[in-house]
Amino acid sequence: MAIEGADIVKAAAFLGAGISMGLGAIGPGVGEGMVAAKACEAIGKNPKEAGLLTRTMLVGQAVSESTGIYSLVVALLLLFVV
Amino acid sequence: MMDLDVQAWVKVAAFAGGGIAMGLGAVGAAIGEGYTAAQANLAVSRNPKISGDIFKNMLVGQAVAESASIFSLVVAILLLFLDKGNPTLLKAAALFGAGLSMGFGAIGSGVGSGFPGGQACLGISRQPAVSNKLTTNMLIGSAVCQTPAIFAMVVALMLLFMDFSNAPLHPTWAALVGAGLSTGLAAIGSGYGGGMAAGASCEGVARQPEAVGNVTTIMLVGQAVAQTPSIFGLLVSFILMFKTFPESMQLQSAMALLSAGLCTGLGGIGPGVGNGMAAEGAVRWVARNVTHAADLMRTMLVGQAVSQSTAIYAMVVSLVLIFVL
Repeated sequence: MAIEGADIVKAAAFLGAGISMGLGAIGPGVGEGMVAAKACEAIGKNPKEAGLLTRTMLVGQAVSESTGIYSLVVALLLLFVV
Repeated sequence: MMDLDVQAWVKVAAFAGGGIAMGLGAVGAAIGEGYTAAQANLAVSRNPKISGDIFKNMLVGQAVAESASIFSLVVAILLLFLDKGNPTLLKAAALFGAGLSMGFGAIGSGVGSGFPGGQACLGISRQPAVSNKLTTNMLIGSAVCQTPAIFAMVVALMLLFMDFSNAPLHPTWAALVGAGLSTGLAAIGSGYGGGMAAGASCEGVARQPEAVGNVTTIMLVGQAVAQTPSIFGLLVSFILMFKTFPESMQLQSAMALLSAGLCTGLGGIGPGVGNGMAAEGAVRWVARNVTHAADLMRTMLVGQAVSQSTAIYAMVVSLVLIFVL
């Protein structure tokens, strides 16, 4: 089975896309879970501020999400552009 | 490499797969059971008078945590001794994939099941009167923790027993290895995360025995959501096993399928653990502040949904790799 240069480049790009999105998904998943756990703790301690705490949780999670979105962008670039 | 005949390659794959299945499969249960035993020791030192009850609960909890590695043992023995039928190189890939699926898939459930066991032992030392409730809650929680390992076993058994002889070797070999990796890796996070929620619920029941209904309910909801990444992994595995791929000698078609399995598998680890953390926080505080259980449930679900998003991105990238490219 003869492997051509263009084929091996594409193969590496596909594998790279999977690894990029796969590993890139780990951090935000864990980080956002921590945020949610602490938000539940805070609401348990001070239920009157539930609205404010949920809003803060969502803003924090959105920031933590950014690296996951970078991974998605890099994966899509590897799949369709490079 | 070419000197080895197909028969030898099938054996190589089966033996390597069997080693991986049992080797990785032993990691999780051992850690989980060690945690249970450590907490049981702590519990006995706090309340030596009921050491018999604690000891009994420890053994029951450890027995459930053991099941993940028993699945691994079964798959490893099948890989070693099963009659391989008519050997093809594709069969070799399927057997290796089965080993990967079961080996990785047992890690999370094994560790996770240890948490409810340990927390139930501590709870019994604190509240001996509710030891029955604690044992029941522990059993429910750790049984749900086993689900990802069961998914991994299902995929492993399908890879072992399905007939792939009509499919073209290239690129189907990569689809079968990818199918094993997808469910196996994704099960790590869900098993561990489900265990965190179950551990917090046992601690919560010991703290507020009258809140047991609310605590068990939110534990089950939290665990169910934490299970989602491993269901994504199972879905991608099924697509990789059941879809027929046109023959292609190009490396890129094989790598796209392998990468699809790897992507959903790795991508499921983080959201599984994260969802478990969110559920742990909510369960812990429902036990302490049961009047606001509804608020806590809502916040937990919103937080888990956001934490789930990266697993969904990973699944989307996998589906693009399988269907678009």
